[in-house]
Amino acid sequence: MENSVAYEKATELRLGLPGIDEPAVLSSVKNNKRSLHDEKSGENGKSAQNETAPPSKAQIVGWPPVQSYRKNNFQQAKKSESECGGIYVKVSMDGAPYLRKIDLKVYKGYPELLQVLENMFKFTIGDYSEREGYKGSDYEPTYEDKDGDWMLVGDVPWEMFIRSCKRLRIMKGSEARGLSCSGV
Amino acid sequence: MQKEMAYSFPDEVLKHVFSFIQSDKDRNAVSLVCKSWYEIERWCRRKVFIGNCYAVSPRMVIRRFPEVRSIELKGKPHFADFNLVPDGWGGYVLQWIAEMAGAYPWLGEIRLKRMVVTDESLELIAKSFKNFKVLVLFSCEGFSTDGLAAIAASCKNLRELDLRESEVDDLSGHWLAQFPETCTSLVSLNISCLGSDEVSFSALERLVDRCPNLRSLQLNRAVTLDKIANILRRAPQLVDFGTGNYAAELQPDVFSNLAGAFSSCKELKSLSGFWDVVPAYLPALYSICPRLTSLNLSYATIQSPDLIKLVSHCPRLQRLLFLIQVLDYVEDSGLEELASSCKDLQELRVFPSDPFGVEPNVSLTEQGLVAVSLGCPKLQSVLYFCRRMSNAALVTIAQNCPNLTRFRLCIIEPKTPDYLTLDPLDAGFGAIVEHCKDLRRLSLSGLLTDHVFEYIGTYGKKLEMLSVAFAGDSDLGLHHVLSGCESLRKLEIRDCPFGDKALLANAAKLETMRSLWMSSCAVSFGACKLLGQKMPKLNVEVIDETEPPDSRPESYPVDKLYIYKSVAGPRFDMPPFVWSMDEAVKILH
Repeated sequence: MENSVAYEKATELRLGLPGIDEPAVLSSVKNNKRSLHDEKSGENGKSAQNETAPPSKAQIVGWPPVQSYRKNNFQQAKKSESECGGIYVKVSMDGAPYLRKIDLKVYKGYPELLQVLENMFKFTIGDYSEREGYKGSDYEPTYEDKDGDWMLVGDVPWEMFIRSCKRLRIMKGSEARGLSCSGV
Repeated sequence: MQKEMAYSFPDEVLKHVFSFIQSDKDRNAVSLVCKSWYEIERWCRRKVFIGNCYAVSPRMVIRRFPEVRSIELKGKPHFADFNLVPDGWGGYVLQWIAEMAGAYPWLGEIRLKRMVVTDESLELIAKSFKNFKVLVLFSCEGFSTDGLAAIAASCKNLRELDLRESEVDDLSGHWLAQFPETCTSLVSLNISCLGSDEVSFSALERLVDRCPNLRSLQLNRAVTLDKIANILRRAPQLVDFGTGNYAAELQPDVFSNLAGAFSSCKELKSLSGFWDVVPAYLPALYSICPRLTSLNLSYATIQSPDLIKLVSHCPRLQRLLFLIQVLDYVEDSGLEELASSCKDLQELRVFPSDPFGVEPNVSLTEQGLVAVSLGCPKLQSVLYFCRRMSNAALVTIAQNCPNLTRFRLCIIEPKTPDYLTLDPLDAGFGAIVEHCKDLRRLSLSGLLTDHVFEYIGTYGKKLEMLSVAFAGDSDLGLHHVLSGCESLRKLEIRDCPFGDKALLANAAKLETMRSLWMSSCAVSFGACKLLGQKMPKLNVEVIDETEPPDSRPESYPVDKLYIYKSVAGPRFDMPPFVWSMDEAVKILH
């Protein structure tokens, strides 16, 4: 809606203080509609690592101007320096539509890990025996190790497991049984 | 008579002459001489650069230049790098690919920056261009390793695949195995951005093995240190190499193997990568350091003494990018060492290791940059993050380095004054623009009044790109820049009290620039609409994710504003949170 008076006022270049018909001059940070702490506004959930940045003061969106991939990279490094690294691995379950990710460093041993997997995917794992693997369930927890081989979870000592595990897969049905029957 | 002069050379001769003219600027000048030159030139233009993919439509490009072999496109505004442009804003390449698939069967090179590239786009590229040679996806997103597999499988003569800084959905490491055994043409491969899932290393080794012309290789973080020697021994002709992870337990045989592999690369001049560095392995590089001209340690979390030791072995260094750690002892001394040993340094970039920390014990200050400016007379390009600055330091830097072409200073806390005098940093930046007569790019920070813009408008005659944040007092600041900077092409502003007056008074200037970005400023919705109505050659777009701009009074400021010149009219792919101010487009969604 064009208003010729407004046009003239708008194009008039004045050197003095703003007049009364002007909108309030923004104080830069406060009027930002996004909450000051929401540094990830507009972003999808991919860079989850950003959420762990220590907010020692209110963070301004996009400031300082450091690109996301740099921030991610450094934070990963910082974490690994201070906490000796979280060991994040993807977990898939046959038939489930999407994967999950867990930090193996957080758990103290196999029982805790298996409990977490059961809760996460809502299923039960059978009883483990060295000879026969997991009995009493259609599901078997397996993992891919550093050499690319698929192994049954539980066969090696826990410390060795968390160092060599690349990803977890909860296998279902005959494929699972095949793995446990193939022995050591 | 005049007509005869124009035709005095047969077309073939003119075509041949024009083929020596490579720069776009010169070719554009050639095409303005007369109609016949325009015609001849447009049929033999092989390379097109489009700095804003929305400035022109694919059809228009194809109509004017029917025989293009190489295209470069840029999409999102620069501030997208810092999350200021919401997801879904635009920059989709698919329509370009689709149109070019039909029109340019011989298209061999596609270079994209800040664009959204889907797997569908990649598959279309793979299918449509039989002579495809070069794919550069710089800071792009939207695709997965499936799309890459399509490229690898179909492009029989691929020379360059460069994915730097892109966001890739890493579904499987096996895409590399899709390169057929017959593919031996690779010259450049940059997969440094790929996720931490393993790339199929055996496929990578075989690929490197059979490509004798491979000159540039950047690995991703998942490739461990012990694998580097294997790769290097297969490619001793490498000129540019990016390591993966540079950390491992120190083992003498691994070390000597690595050192030997590096020393066998007689052409190696440029190094990057270095995620997670174990300092004990740095000496493995010493044999190649004397030849190095470029070193990117901007991910390397190493301590200053190790950095100094390494850099002191590199007297020929022209380009150094590194990450500064906040440490107990002064980091400036490291830069002083650098200044004394790398006399040929042209480009310096210093990144913050802890951008959000409020550490009072700063280990890097303005002194480091002053030292480099003194010791390295060839310095042309600076990107420097620090926590304090003074006018005196900036004046010294300006006087020491009159050849600066790019100067980007980021003082981490907004509106930080001169730490010695508590004055604004107007005089310091003023000295930069005054002394550095060839300055093309400038980024400001710290406490700044309208005065700094007066200096910039007065002296910044060659300035092409200006980035401003948390600066200025009034519209006068913006007016100085728009009316004074004759060469200005890109202006990006955030959180400054610039409103309608300067923008409307200099509306015509906007038609001579590529683009203007303003966010969290004081430009009213009414002014945006006015610009949109009065300036048909501009696309005026308002971005607001919270509510439609017309749900508020016209005098209310808009959240974000992006204005760019365009001959294509308003775009058709705007998401719900982007409003075009073009009269012809319905404002209400």
